[in-house]
Amino acid sequence: MTRAIGIIAGAVLILLFATLMIVVMPSTQMQSSLRPSEGLKPYTEAALRGRKVYVSLGCVYCHSQQPRDPRQAPDNTRGWGRPSVPGDYAYDYPHLLGTMRTGPDLFNIGARQPSQDWHLAHLYNPRALVKGSTMPAFPFLFDEVDSVGSADVLVKMPEGFGPPGSKLIASQDALDLVVYLKEMDHTYPVKAIPVIEKKSDAAAAKPEKKS
Amino acid sequence: MTISVAFMLAMTFLISVGGLALLIWALANDQFGMGQDAAETIFAEGEVGHVEDPATPVAARAEMQKERDSGHHHDQDEELQTRAAADVSSRAPVLVWLTSSVVWLLLGSVFGLIASLKLHLPDWLVHDAVLTFGRVRPAHLNMVAYGWASMSGVGVGLWLIPRLFKVPLVGGKYATVGGVIWSLGILGGTASLLAGKSNGLEWLEYPWPVDIALLAGGALAAVPLILTLLQRRVDHLYVSSWYLIGALVWFPMLFVTANIPNLFGGVEQAMLNWWFAHNVLGLWLTPLGLAAAYYFIPKIVGRPIYSYSLSLIGFWSLALFYSQVGLHHLIGGPVPTWAITISIVHSVMMVIPVLAVSINLHMTVAQNFKLLMHSPTLRFVVCGAMMYTVASVQGSLEALRSINTITHFTHYTVAHAHMGVYGFFSFIMFGSIYFIMPRLLNFEWPHPWAIAIHFWLVFVGFAIYFWMLSIGGWLQGMAMLDAAKPFIESVAVTQPYLIARSVGGSLMLLGHLVFAVHFFMLVSRRGPVRKGPAVLLQSIARTEKLA
Repeated sequence: MTRAIGIIAGAVLILLFATLMIVVMPSTQMQSSLRPSEGLKPYTEAALRGRKVYVSLGCVYCHSQQPRDPRQAPDNTRGWGRPSVPGDYAYDYPHLLGTMRTGPDLFNIGARQPSQDWHLAHLYNPRALVKGSTMPAFPFLFDEVDSVGSADVLVKMPEGFGPPGSKLIASQDALDLVVYLKEMDHTYPVKAIPVIEKKSDAAAAKPEKKS
Repeated sequence: MTISVAFMLAMTFLISVGGLALLIWALANDQFGMGQDAAETIFAEGEVGHVEDPATPVAARAEMQKERDSGHHHDQDEELQTRAAADVSSRAPVLVWLTSSVVWLLLGSVFGLIASLKLHLPDWLVHDAVLTFGRVRPAHLNMVAYGWASMSGVGVGLWLIPRLFKVPLVGGKYATVGGVIWSLGILGGTASLLAGKSNGLEWLEYPWPVDIALLAGGALAAVPLILTLLQRRVDHLYVSSWYLIGALVWFPMLFVTANIPNLFGGVEQAMLNWWFAHNVLGLWLTPLGLAAAYYFIPKIVGRPIYSYSLSLIGFWSLALFYSQVGLHHLIGGPVPTWAITISIVHSVMMVIPVLAVSINLHMTVAQNFKLLMHSPTLRFVVCGAMMYTVASVQGSLEALRSINTITHFTHYTVAHAHMGVYGFFSFIMFGSIYFIMPRLLNFEWPHPWAIAIHFWLVFVGFAIYFWMLSIGGWLQGMAMLDAAKPFIESVAVTQPYLIARSVGGSLMLLGHLVFAVHFFMLVSRRGPVRKGPAVLLQSIARTEKLA
């Protein structure tokens, strides 16, 4: 090849084409399914703050938020929930789908583990509640105090896991994070679960047609 | 859906017609007129048949040439003068980019090792948010991807440009400034990640001021490529130039698009995220690495590339297939199945460019395999090229749904990513830097044994790293698919392998330490001055006498 311009033009066109194929086209097609799923509530203020803590501490590097189809993997059997659909993520910015499961999927952690006390104690020392856990401890999300004020949230640690001689209270970040985790509940049913339908069903299940 | 189908049909039609027109035009204009002559673009007249490796000690070079053992040649002085001038012209910018890259390699590996240790020592260094696993890991990834890999790739590219175009580098000072800005960007980015300011998207964690710094630094580094390209004295653009031009075009497109704020959220953002992340490997690091491999392997061996036409297929099919593989990171996720299938198909199609490149590079070396014993540069680059083949074939298989179901969400993927960025890319960069530095500074590597120690430390370290993490990840995936086993068993099963990975990682870090110390000794001209500096013309004169 002797022409640089040919290489440049070819390179640009190919990448544009690829973007069209794997980003623009799928998202065009998904427009109708991107509306929030029925039953999905927007995050509360506290949960949004907690979500920022989740991002800032990099929880996504060990926890996914995308249960797979039962035919592919036993995610549902593990209590992680039904396969997710695009509408479930309508309020997510940035997305936190994740690609790693050093720890379990958290798409329905709020439904699985609705106790604030459990989450706080687990964040302070995961091994206090889950034997064999390799999740890092987050002691910096808590304060050790001598006396607990009326507004403080006391963390109840199992015997031998709390700080000796002082009491443990949760910081605002810890409380927000737990609110977010508790709001991670996508157990509501969705219509668009991708199952192989019989022909007659498929036709009936598609009332809305674009164009 | 009807629109999608109609659109795709129309696209297919347009592309076919367009491709056909292009082919006719190219044939009519003799664009494919590229016999083996073209492959000799990088050699001076009569230089074919001569080994070249400035990192080999002088005494061993004669031995190396004897191994290569080849015939006569003509006067080559004038072209070599040009090349010597070319090397001088790129000195400052190359030095800035390469020196920074070595610093980031060292820091990045320290963070990598901390992250690795934390996976089996969860109560270690937990008292400050700065060093929590979720911040150390992205700090490591971004430092090695944008600090070490990108900066070394650009540095090697800048050094190749004047040699490929046979004119001194034009506008090198822009690249020098660009290197400083880019490096400051990495510094700021690392600080903000450790402070908890992250965009939250893998491979795109750096906040926007850092993105702007990288963009400005990268744009400045691109200036000399364009200016020198415009003034080139070669008619034919050698393979390495195509890859460099491709990388130059692709990276800004990817980086800008992926960093536009509020463009997408939710699932769409996830698709954009992985479109970007995989293309950083495929359309940025891979072309930079292959550009270096395509230059250094034939250069060191003293033999033009095996089949030049094959490299043309390799380049364009890489562009076409690699650009569409990203969504295989979302197999099983809430994304249209057909889009994921496109990515899987292209992942498998990647076998074509990989075979083209592999045949070319390996066949060039094959006839002179024993040269590996003499040339440290060749050892690194050839190992890197081999691991390119391994990483790519593994990647194609891993994209298949049946295998991905096991390996997705596990450490297996991490091992694979390191096979690509470390085994392939970093090895080629190590080799390239060993070749370039003596030419750049007219000073030999002070301690050739240190190069051997570096090689064996990272080679053995990485072998442990890769195998242990792959096996551990596979077992993790199998455990996770077994509904009868509680989840925690998939955690427990990986522990011994994660410990072994830390051992391998420590050896790699140790190797990098040797490399960095040696590098800075050379830069500051410490150590014994050995027989004559590694001046280009002298070294050739010497081999001439021997021949």
